[in-house]
Amino acid sequence: MDPQTQQSILDAVRQFGAANVIVLLGTPSPEAAAIAAETVVNGDPTYAGPLAETQLGLSVYHVLENDVRNAIDPAVYDAQVGLMAETLDGAAIAEAVALVRNAGTRSVSND
Amino acid sequence: MFAGKKIIAVGERDGVASPAIAVCVEAAGGEVVLTATECFV
Repeated sequence: MDPQTQQSILDAVRQFGAANVIVLLGTPSPEAAAIAAETVVNGDPTYAGPLAETQLGLSVYHVLENDVRNAIDPAVYDAQVGLMAETLDGAAIAEAVALVRNAGTRSVSND
Repeated sequence: MFAGKKIIAVGERDGVASPAIAVCVEAAGGEVVLTATECFV
């Protein structure tokens, strides 16, 4: 994940608190989804950005996951995501993110 | 699932871009506080 994005996420978590934040991913592959999810849960696995060794423990989902899809108006979802939902391997991506999310880690406070 | 939460949309150019994610979240009543679209080339 881009270091600038990592810093922006860190700033948002400091402002709003980890328990109040949900990260929604739009990554195109299971591998990219797993790395992005890992970054916001357990820290940057590449040790290249501000989230290296920073366990935010955020709730993270991919926009192709059924729980997310079911929460969004179908017409809006189809217009915004429909094409990629048909193109990408949503099941594999969802599994990759769920593995990281369910493995979980501790949450951090907002202080 | 978005009620009362602050949503961070991290899209990707070759996947789903963050503005599209934001539109979906806002249509569902969620509050998007950060959007970022990654680009790996």
